[in-house]
Amino acid sequence: MVGRLKKNRSLGQKQSRAGWIFLAPAVLLLVIMSFIPMIQALFLSFRTGLGAAMKWTGAGNYIRMFKDPIFVQALTNNFTYLLIQVPVMLVLALILASLLNKKELRFKGLFRTAIFLPCATSLVSYAVIFRSLFAIDGLVNTLLIKLGFLSTGYNFLGHPNSARVVIILALIWRWTGYNMVFYLAGLQNIEYSVYEAAKIDGASPFQTLFRITIPLLKPMILLTAIMSTNGTLQLFDESVNLTYGGPANATITMSHYIYNVSFKYVPNFGYAAAMSYVILILVAFLAYIQLKVGDKRD
Amino acid sequence: MKRKIGSILLTGVMILSLAACSSTTTPQKNGGEKSGNAKADNELTVWCWDPAFNVYAMEEAAKIYQKDHPNFTLNVVETPWVDVQTKLTTAATSGNVDTLPDIMLLQDNAFLKNVISYPDVFRNLTDSGIDFTQFAQAKTAYSVVEGKNYGVPFDNGAVVACYRTDILEEAGYTVNDFKDITWSQYQEMGEDILKKTGKPLLSCQAGESDVIMMMLQSAGGSLFDQDGNPSMIGNEKLKKVMETYAALVKSGVLIEVNDWDQYVGTLTNSTVGGTINGCWILASIQTAEDQSGKWALTNMPKLEGVDGATNYSNNGGSSWAVTKACKNPELAYDFLAKTFAGSTSFFETILPKSGALSTYLPVADSKVYKEPQEFFGNKPIYAMITEFASKTPSNNTGVYYYEARDAVVTAITRVVAGSDIDSEIKIAEETVNFAMGK
Repeated sequence: MVGRLKKNRSLGQKQSRAGWIFLAPAVLLLVIMSFIPMIQALFLSFRTGLGAAMKWTGAGNYIRMFKDPIFVQALTNNFTYLLIQVPVMLVLALILASLLNKKELRFKGLFRTAIFLPCATSLVSYAVIFRSLFAIDGLVNTLLIKLGFLSTGYNFLGHPNSARVVIILALIWRWTGYNMVFYLAGLQNIEYSVYEAAKIDGASPFQTLFRITIPLLKPMILLTAIMSTNGTLQLFDESVNLTYGGPANATITMSHYIYNVSFKYVPNFGYAAAMSYVILILVAFLAYIQLKVGDKRD
Repeated sequence: MKRKIGSILLTGVMILSLAACSSTTTPQKNGGEKSGNAKADNELTVWCWDPAFNVYAMEEAAKIYQKDHPNFTLNVVETPWVDVQTKLTTAATSGNVDTLPDIMLLQDNAFLKNVISYPDVFRNLTDSGIDFTQFAQAKTAYSVVEGKNYGVPFDNGAVVACYRTDILEEAGYTVNDFKDITWSQYQEMGEDILKKTGKPLLSCQAGESDVIMMMLQSAGGSLFDQDGNPSMIGNEKLKKVMETYAALVKSGVLIEVNDWDQYVGTLTNSTVGGTINGCWILASIQTAEDQSGKWALTNMPKLEGVDGATNYSNNGGSSWAVTKACKNPELAYDFLAKTFAGSTSFFETILPKSGALSTYLPVADSKVYKEPQEFFGNKPIYAMITEFASKTPSNNTGVYYYEARDAVVTAITRVVAGSDIDSEIKIAEETVNFAMGK
């Protein structure tokens, strides 16, 4: 009896040891390549100085940030994008997903592919294409002039608000399909009989959407909301390539500013690391709130 | 977008981790190989970025030097400027200077920043035997720190004003009307041309300060004083520049486009009647082969009512620096002294193919430089540009040059949108002071 127990335990131990051995390389790499540098960056964020000469400054970098008009501007821009773009995009994705989930719809595969396709384009190239679309002599202006809405080309990227709108449009174009795929996957798990029952009970399409689809998709919506929040706060390519952060820093994002501080300007890595940590804290905080609000499971 | 920013942050983090363990790490394996200093006494490694331009020039220089030094070998590693800056930052912050080449090309605008941020990376060339008096003074000023020379000037960024003679003619002007003029004369004629032909005279990239910096330097003005402190508030030259620029935009004579390709497009598609830029723009202008013979070139307009205003300025250019990774500095000094800083025939060789204009003054007398260029109305433009370069006033770039440029662009964008000049200049100076930690 005792002997058998011992044997069992050692088998369990063996298995668990094998598990750890399989895990070890990945964990080790993750620790060396990711966690240790993150901790070093945390220490770095408490130091200041130019280039190689750094000295301890305590919370100096974090205090400095909120006196920095460009950082505050970047933070505001990030939240503008977040508050306008994420809800619009998620609602659009939801509508598209429920349309494309209809049994009677034909050429479903074609439409799904077409809407998902923007996700396959490179971030830089789509930003460059949007820039040329909205150029003074670009496609959008040419169309608006031909249709009689404008007499001369409007410089979309030369005015703060229109430049922000262009960035938001670009983001919606690029990411709606991506989120739609998550919703489509979620919709596959909802029994079709539920919809049939609703139809028999005489529910309108809106009632079906709000009473059945959205509640059942809640975990998926939560996931996409957290991912989009995270992505928008780290927005980089669009600011760098589409608007160059301009006009007059009106569209610059935090990540773009961090890049400038590290590589374009006189390198101030301590300050850049501190700003990166602020993004991390913001993302973590917002994700926590969304989890608290969105996840009502016991 | 997540992956991209992730990779940027990772790169940063890796640089930082390198910095943190610099004292314990051994020099990188390929360090000796790359810089070549461990292998041969007669080999130099160089980083520069443009195969048609500076890489080509370096290789031609090596051929010339090899005539007297048959054992000499040169190893040019093509490295884009952005990578040069990143690798330099990495090597300097981690203390692994050995990973750098013997000679590297640096953008003039970034020269001071790098020499001052990383004083242990570059060699002082003042007593290296290179004769710096043979260069335009405004050019060498970019690589002088505390009276010491750190760079050998390479290409010329002398400002040229180029005009489309056919467009000018349509409105009843010739290029001579634009020689030695002021900005208000320029604007007056520009408005007339705009009315008659519908074409603006000048285009530039919004969000870039090239035109502003050219105007400022043409009057010997700077954004910094000699001690490197920002000098924007109360800077009459800067204020005049901003007024001039805003007036040009409002009159429609100057149009702002959103990126570099659109800017070059305005030139090659005949959207504008001319341009004002560093002379390297000539290469882009000449890509429109159908416009051959329709371009003419003269000096730029000058500011009015400002002390020291001239019709000459500078935009861009680069210089060679010798690093401390170089184990045989005498060879590097001698090589540079006998080619980039001492050979007229060298510059004569590289000019026709690369258009690389030197700031080496004796070259202006050379025959090749005096040859007429068909594309520009059969005028000896290269001799003209070299003359412009010799008349260019110098300015102070300072370590925080890029911060100041961006601050000024922000200011001018708001001024054009209707803001008050004085208060925007004040904000710009505060921004730069903030970046400097004041």
